[in-house]
Amino acid sequence: MRVPLTWLREYCDPALDVHGIEERLTMTGTKVEAIHHHGVHELEHFVVGHVLRAERHPDADRLTVCEVDLGAARPEGPATIVCGAPNVAAGQDVAVARPGSVMPDGTKLKKAKLRGVASEGMILAEDELAIGSDHNGIMVLGELLPNAQLTRGGALAEVLPIATEVLELEVTPNRPDCLGVYGVARELHAATGASLTPAPWNEDPGSGGPLEGAEAEVRVECPELCPRFTARVFHDVTIAPSPPWLKARLMAAGQRPINNVVDITNYAMLLSGQPLHAFDLARIAGRRLVVRRAHDGEQVQTLDGQTRTLDAEMIVIEDGEGPTSIAGLMGGARSEVQPDTSSVLMEVATWHGPAIHRASWALGLRSEASSRFEKGLQPEQCLHAQAIATRLMIELCGASVMPGTIDIGGEGPPPLSLPLRESRVQDILGVPIPRVRQAEILNSLDFATAEVPGGLDVSVPPLRRSDVTREADLIEEVARIDGLEKLPATLPKRRNAYGLLTPTQRLRRRAIDALVGRGCYEAVGWTFAAPSIADRLQLPAEDERRRPVVIENPLSEEQSQLRTMLLGSLLDVARHNVAHGEPDLRLFEHGTVFRWKDDKLNEHRSLAVLLCGKLAPSDWKNHSAASDPPAADLFVAKGLLEALADTLRVSDLVFASEPQPFLHPGRSASVSLGATPIGWLGELHPLVAQTWELPGAACFEIDLDRFLAHASRPDYLDLIGYPPLRQDLAVVLPEQVPAAQVLDVVRAAAGKLLADVRVFDVYSGPQVGEGRRSLALSLAFRASDRTLSDEDVTPVRERIIAALGDLGGELRG
Amino acid sequence: MIERIEALRAQGQDAVAAASTSEALEELRVRYLGRKAELPQMLRGVAQLPPDERGAVGRAANQARQALEALIDARAGELGAGELETQLREDTVDVTLPGAPVQPVGRMHVLTATQRLLEDIFLGLGFTVLEGPEVESVHYNFDALNHTPTHPARARTDTFYIERPQGPQPGSPEELVLRTHTSPMQIRAMEAHPPPLYVVIPGRVYRPDSDATHTPQFHQVEGLAVDEDITLADLKGTLLAFARATFGETREVRLRPHFFPFTEPSVEVDVSCFHCEGKGFLRDGTRCYLCKGEGWLEVLGAGEVDPNVYAYVPTTDHNAPGYDPEKVRGFAWGLGVERAAMLMYGVPDLRLLYANDLRFLEQFG
Repeated sequence: MRVPLTWLREYCDPALDVHGIEERLTMTGTKVEAIHHHGVHELEHFVVGHVLRAERHPDADRLTVCEVDLGAARPEGPATIVCGAPNVAAGQDVAVARPGSVMPDGTKLKKAKLRGVASEGMILAEDELAIGSDHNGIMVLGELLPNAQLTRGGALAEVLPIATEVLELEVTPNRPDCLGVYGVARELHAATGASLTPAPWNEDPGSGGPLEGAEAEVRVECPELCPRFTARVFHDVTIAPSPPWLKARLMAAGQRPINNVVDITNYAMLLSGQPLHAFDLARIAGRRLVVRRAHDGEQVQTLDGQTRTLDAEMIVIEDGEGPTSIAGLMGGARSEVQPDTSSVLMEVATWHGPAIHRASWALGLRSEASSRFEKGLQPEQCLHAQAIATRLMIELCGASVMPGTIDIGGEGPPPLSLPLRESRVQDILGVPIPRVRQAEILNSLDFATAEVPGGLDVSVPPLRRSDVTREADLIEEVARIDGLEKLPATLPKRRNAYGLLTPTQRLRRRAIDALVGRGCYEAVGWTFAAPSIADRLQLPAEDERRRPVVIENPLSEEQSQLRTMLLGSLLDVARHNVAHGEPDLRLFEHGTVFRWKDDKLNEHRSLAVLLCGKLAPSDWKNHSAASDPPAADLFVAKGLLEALADTLRVSDLVFASEPQPFLHPGRSASVSLGATPIGWLGELHPLVAQTWELPGAACFEIDLDRFLAHASRPDYLDLIGYPPLRQDLAVVLPEQVPAAQVLDVVRAAAGKLLADVRVFDVYSGPQVGEGRRSLALSLAFRASDRTLSDEDVTPVRERIIAALGDLGGELRG
Repeated sequence: MIERIEALRAQGQDAVAAASTSEALEELRVRYLGRKAELPQMLRGVAQLPPDERGAVGRAANQARQALEALIDARAGELGAGELETQLREDTVDVTLPGAPVQPVGRMHVLTATQRLLEDIFLGLGFTVLEGPEVESVHYNFDALNHTPTHPARARTDTFYIERPQGPQPGSPEELVLRTHTSPMQIRAMEAHPPPLYVVIPGRVYRPDSDATHTPQFHQVEGLAVDEDITLADLKGTLLAFARATFGETREVRLRPHFFPFTEPSVEVDVSCFHCEGKGFLRDGTRCYLCKGEGWLEVLGAGEVDPNVYAYVPTTDHNAPGYDPEKVRGFAWGLGVERAAMLMYGVPDLRLLYANDLRFLEQFG
C-alpha cells in the first residue's frame, strides 16, 4: 500500500525523518518496502507567478509569449515564458517552474528557445506536477485556491502539495485495519509514542436512524454474505473536479482523480480502509436495491463492457431493472455517477471476505476495493467511511445530506475480552515486560485494558476483531511494539533431545560421496517434465511411465508434469553441456520421482548416472592414442553401480539382459536386488541420443530408497587368520550362457568353502570354436578354522567342473 | 707365513679403502677372498703345516680374511648408497607437471553441499533431520497450518495443484498440491513423535513463480522445536548460532515482526550483512550492493508455533501425551537453501543453480 508521508503526518507526526519512520514501522511489523518520491524536486525553483501580459507567439499559433511577474524570485524584472496552454491569459496567478526545476519524471528544466523566443521556465498544468491528470490547460491558481494567499514569487509548495515522500508498505494479511492511512498512523503512534489525532470519522455530519423520506429502499437477501449494508442520500450535488489537495493525495497514493464524488469515495477508502460506492440516485431503477446471491449462470454486464457469468456464491446488487453491480468487485454502468448527477446514494457495505476473494479470482476482477474486502473488513468501518465521505460531500460538492442512514446488519459482535497473564508474556518471549508497559502498548493500539490479579483483562477493538482472538495474539502485539531487538539470544535447554541423521540419510550421503569420489558431478534438475518426453524416450503406449502425475495449473506445457524418472533431466543437462563444448561428462542426480500406482500417488527417491565421452581428461602421461582414457560404455556404468553397491555393502545386485525402449537393445540390462527390480542400466539408443544431440551415453537409474534399504552393516569376519587358497579355471561354454549364470552355478556347486569367484578373462575365437567362448575364472577358497590344502579343494573343484559340464562347458587345456 | 698374512691384510685394506666403485670393489673381493686368492689358499693349506704352526697361522689367516670381508662389505654399503643416490638424482622429474589422478575429481552440487552444511549446523544444535513428501494434501500444506480458507497462498496462482480425474472438489482438504513449503512436515513430525521435538526438515518446495529471483522449485530447511519451555529468545539464539556458523563469527541477527498463519508471534529474521559488516556502505563510501545499504540481509521467516497448530495434531499412541498448547511451546522457521547458497558463495543469479553448466558445477561442492 502506498501512503503519502505528508498525509500520514496529518494524524501522527513524530519528530523523525522519513528514514526514522521507516525504521520504526519496519521494526514493529509494517515493513517499508520502498520509499518513493512523488512530485517534483528542487522545490525552490517552483514559484507563484502573475501573468502581466500574454501575446500570441509571432511564429506559432498555439504558443503564447507571457511576461510573468515572479516578484522577489526574480528581482531584475518579469520573466518571459512561452506557454502552449490555450487558457493562459494576462491577470492570472499561475504556477511556474523556473530553470533548474526537476519535474516528477526526473527531467531538469533549462532555459530554452521556443520558435525563436527564449523561455525562462514553464507555466504548469496539474499533470505536469503529478498532482492531477488534467492537461487541458494551465492551473489558474486564483480559481483553484480561492482562499489561498498568493504572493508573486512565493514558494509554490506553500500553496500546493507538489512533493511528498510516499511509503510503500507491506501490510500483512492479518492487518486489514492497516489498509487505510489512519490505521498506519495508529501503528506509527504505537511505535513512536508520538500523539495521534482523533480519528477522522469521529465527527459525522450525517446521522443515524431511519432515512428520512421515501428516498430509497434496500433489501439484503443474503445477510451471511453481507453482514452490513449502509447507505446515505445526498442532494444538490454538483459534479466537478476535486480541489488540488485531494487530487494530489490520490495521485500520490496511486489513484487517478475522476470527479469530486468518485474522488471522495477513493479518498475515504484510502483513509479508512473501507471501500465505498456512489450511485446516481436518479438512475437507480425504482430507487430500490436488492442484495442477493447471483443465480448459477446469471450473466451481468460490468462497467468495463464485458459480460460475466456468475454463480450462486457471488453477490449481485440489483435495482428495479436487474443487476447493477457485482458486489465488492465492480459497479454497473447504468447507475454510475454522471456529470449531470445531482443526487447520490452512497453505499458502504461489509462483504464476506472469502466470497469476495473467491469471486475475484474466479472472474479475474481485482481492484483496490476487492483486495480490501477479501481480507475481511469489520462492519464498524462502514460508518467510518460514511462519516468521512459525508463531510467531504458537503464541503466539496455542495451537497446536503438527508438525515438518517439505511443500516442493515448493524455493528459487529461486542468486543471480545481476553485475559493476558503477565507471566505468560515472559514464558513466550523469554524476558519479562512489566504489566504497566503491556497496558501502555495495548492502549496505544486502541485496546482497552483493566488490571486483574495476575495480569490484564483486555478488550479487543472492533477493527482488530479477526486478528486478535487469543492470548497469544495479545502477546504478539506487546512483543512487537516493545521491540524484538531487546530479546536476548538464548538456546533451548534440549532435555532428552539429540541430533542424529537416520541410517538412510547417512547412507545417502555416503552414496553421493562415493559417486563424487569417483569423479561424477552432481546435477540438480527440474521436477517438472514436458509431456513430449515419453515420445522422445520412445516409450510404448502401455508403459507406466506414460501415466505421470499432472499439474492442473502449470506455468507452461513444458513444465506440466512431474518426472517419472531422472533420465530426462540428466539428458537435458548433458545436451546443455555438450552444446557448450564439454563432450566428456560424468553426471549424476538424485531426487524424487512421481507416479500413480492404482490411484495412489507414489513418490520415491531415484538415482541416475549418465556418462558420456571419455571418462578422464587426456593428460601428458596418456596422450598417445593407445593409452587414451577409456570411453563410457555399459561396463563402465555397471562398474560404477557395482562400486556404489560395494561401498554401501549392498549385496544381491543382479543384472539381466533386458531391453528398455530408450536403450540400445543389445546393451541394456535390468537391475534387481534379488528378485526385486530396482532399475535399469545400459547404453542410450542412438535415436534417443540423437534427439538430445548427444554422441551417445551410458546410463543407469535405480530406486535409491530400495537400494539403500539393502545396505548392510559390517559384521567382523576372520579373513586374516587362515589364508585363502587360490586357483584358476578356464571353461569353454556356449556363448549365449551369461557369465552371471556361470558364476551362480559355480557358487552353488562349490558350497561354503568358495569365498570368491570372478571372471578375469573372456576369449572367443578359432581356438574355442564357433558359437563358444572361454571364460577364465579365478577362485578363492577359504575356511574359517584351518588353512586349506589341495586335498580339501580337489573334490570341490570336481563338483564345479561337473556343474559347468551340465551348462555345456568343458575345461580348457 | 704370519708376516705374509699381515702383509696381505694391510695391502687388502689399502686397496679396499682406495676402491671407488662397486665394480672395483667386487674385483678386490675376488682378488683377496676368491677361491684362487692367496689368503683362502693359505687357510686351506693350514692342515699341511707342522702341528705347532697350524694354530697361529690358521688364526691369523682367518682373522685377516674376516677383517677384509667386513671391510669390503662396509665399503660396498657406502659405495652402493652413493651410487643409488646418483642414479636417483639422474631420475629427476618435473614435479610441476600436472598430476595424473587415479580418478578425476567430482563435485557435489552447491545446493546439496549447502543443505548438508545447514543440516550439520542444526545437528550440532541437537536437531534431528526428517524428510517428507513433496506432493502434499491441502490439509497438511494449508489447513493444519492455520491458513484461513481464503489465504491467498491457496490460490491457483500461488500453488501448483495436482490433477486428479475423480479427485476431490476444489477446496477440499484431500486435494493434492506440490508443497509450497516444508512446513507440512511440522504437523507430520508432531503426529509421529511425542514432545520434546527438535527437528529440521530439508526438502524441495514449489511455487508458480518464474523470474530473475524466483524459480518454480526451490529448497528449504524447516526447523521445529517443541518443548515445555521454549521461548522466542531461544529462537533468536538458535538462529544466531546458524547465522554465525554460516556467514561468520561476527554476525548478528535481528527479528522483525511479521505475519505467518502458523506462528504467533511471527518474525522475519535478518542477518547483519557480512559484506559491509552491517554498516550498509563499503570502505570506499559506496553503498553495499549485497544488502543494498540496509546493513541487514533478510534470510528467513520464523516464529513461535501458533497454538492453533497444536490443535491440528491428534494425540495417538505415536505421540502421546500429545501437544497441549498450555503445556508445550515451540518455535519454527523456514530457511531458503538457494538464498543461503547464493549469499555464501556470491552467486548472482538464482537460475545458475538449475542450469547445471559444468563450468558452474565445478566451482562448488
